[in-house]
Amino acid sequence: MFATKRLSKELLKIKEHLPPGISIVKSDNLEEWLMDIKVLDENPLYLNETYRLKFTFSNKYPIEPPEVQFVTTPTPTSPTPASSDDNAITNPRRTIPIHPHIYSNGIICLDLLSSAGWSPVQTVESVCMSIQSMLTANSRNERPPGDKDFVSYNRRRPRDINFMYDDDNV
Amino acid sequence: MESDEDFMSVGSSPDDFLDTQGSDIESLGDEIDFGDEFDGGFSKDKDIIATKRKPYEVEFKVLSPDDIERQQNVQISEVSSILGLPPESSAILLRYGRWKREKLIESYMDHPEETLEEAGLGTNFEGTPQTEVVSGFMCEICCEDGDELETYAMRCGHRFCVDCYRHYLAQKIRGEGEAARIECPGNDCHMIVDSKSLGLLVTDDLRERYKALLMRTYVDDKDNLKWCPAPECVYAIDCPIKQRDLRRIVPTVQCDCRHYFCFGCTLNDHQPAPCTLVKMWLKKCEDDSETANWISANTKECPRCHSTIEKNGGCNHMTCRKCKHEFCWMCMGLWSEHGTSWYNCNRYEEKSGSEARTAQARSRESLERYLHYYNRYANHEQSAKLDKDLYLKTEKKMTSLQSQSGLSWIEVQFLDTASQALQQCRQTLKWTYAFAYYLARNNLTEIFEDNQKDLEMAVESLSEMFEKPVPELAKLKVDILDKTAYCNKRRVILLSDTAENLKNGEWSFNVDW
Repeated sequence: MFATKRLSKELLKIKEHLPPGISIVKSDNLEEWLMDIKVLDENPLYLNETYRLKFTFSNKYPIEPPEVQFVTTPTPTSPTPASSDDNAITNPRRTIPIHPHIYSNGIICLDLLSSAGWSPVQTVESVCMSIQSMLTANSRNERPPGDKDFVSYNRRRPRDINFMYDDDNV
Repeated sequence: MESDEDFMSVGSSPDDFLDTQGSDIESLGDEIDFGDEFDGGFSKDKDIIATKRKPYEVEFKVLSPDDIERQQNVQISEVSSILGLPPESSAILLRYGRWKREKLIESYMDHPEETLEEAGLGTNFEGTPQTEVVSGFMCEICCEDGDELETYAMRCGHRFCVDCYRHYLAQKIRGEGEAARIECPGNDCHMIVDSKSLGLLVTDDLRERYKALLMRTYVDDKDNLKWCPAPECVYAIDCPIKQRDLRRIVPTVQCDCRHYFCFGCTLNDHQPAPCTLVKMWLKKCEDDSETANWISANTKECPRCHSTIEKNGGCNHMTCRKCKHEFCWMCMGLWSEHGTSWYNCNRYEEKSGSEARTAQARSRESLERYLHYYNRYANHEQSAKLDKDLYLKTEKKMTSLQSQSGLSWIEVQFLDTASQALQQCRQTLKWTYAFAYYLARNNLTEIFEDNQKDLEMAVESLSEMFEKPVPELAKLKVDILDKTAYCNKRRVILLSDTAENLKNGEWSFNVDW
């Protein structure tokens, strides 16, 4: 109810115009969208790569933050196999960008996406831009400490994880 | 000593109780020398009305939710008048500064603007907040833009529709349990939503929750306040004992809900054992007790390689699996020396056997020592539970005693008193054993053990009387009353003695803590 009007408006605006390097892939409903982002400068870590973000909205959006994570394609857990036509659009190869705040399962440790750091004024577009600049600013070719353990043991959804936002440098 | 506390005692402020408290903390905190000063400092304003505190008692006060709110308001209005700020802003400042009043005032005096900014307050405090209809406005949160749209903005100017504001606040208060530091919904705006704005925007049910949350943070922020841990209890305890005092004192307090607990660690009353030892003991019991019990009861160690061996049947001729040592299970001596008296070992005094037993005894000593204390500790815990069951039946007993013996209600109250004394004494006894486990033996421990024994004997004999069938109870009334009084007296003696020694640092322990 609450989310519907706001998301419809966001969608209208997104379809009209998006900042460079950001594009919308899929928005069939108002619960889950896919966005593609590119790093625009010459950062060798992300050169010529496109990454895919999955946004999941609760009905409390935008009071509550959306759940945002990187996904890979072809999606291994995709419930219905996409038809060959779709494949070309939705299934070009997508990987998880290397970054000290991004786990190899796609979960992003970003203050903005926690309930404490979120502001309802933020939008899908502004979140994409923040993540884009988070990549642009990074020069460390590494995963977060404890990535391996986290990825193999974590069964929680991103929103239920209490990240410590201790590093403001990257 | 922290500067804020120094200030507290100096200021001639309207909140009396905080003030007296401040100065008490002074007398307590500055020196480790608790001796007489300790008591003197505590009781100076109470001597006239209250009886003198016993060495193991601490000063404390029970606060109702109203008291807590009053305390906050007193401090808010005080800061408000000192700094010349409206109460809402002072409240935000105080919550921001975790109620460290003096530090806050100082920081405001030095850098007023930075302090306000950091606390999430602008510099402009005019007017009463109200909602507005602004033409041509579109809410950035929900994208509504109707002409009649009621909107609200705090001093930061970030305007949203009232509906979104409400949703936002509800989410923060109910969903996230936030209260003291809810920020403006605007991006990167750290303006804190003040109580006037909240009052204007939220519904009544949320207001209650908001108030409760504020109170919760207040008590959590203050070192001298703690919630009573009893289920459903709404009271908090105000006690000047600091974390660093806990080596010298075991601050048991009693809430108005009758729950006895330790102000230091909020566990149930554990006098005379200090908090740290209690934690060590509980951890040890959790890890050790059952396994240790079983090992002690069912195994011995190989006299040569000290492997633990369980004899699960068969004769006394043991061959160690590990080192192939052959020995007799009964006397622990060499099997080769046994000759023909194989199945009936009577060689207790032989050399090889007694040496092996000594070694065994030494290695088992620590285990046995632990079990000695643990079993007594556990026994009192168990007995207290049984006494508690009896206590629950006491009321029935009292009623039937009234009808059988023609005693009045007031005349059977002695049973209630007795069962309470039993509970309390057993609680104390239980912890004397945990305490004793960590004590290094000296003259003081002798006295301690005598006190312990006296209390224990008194308690057991009261417990026995208490279990007598109802018809006999009436005849025992005087005895029970006497015994109850005696138990309580022994408990006071034991606790006073241990507390005095703890205060003066007289105990020596066999562990570092």
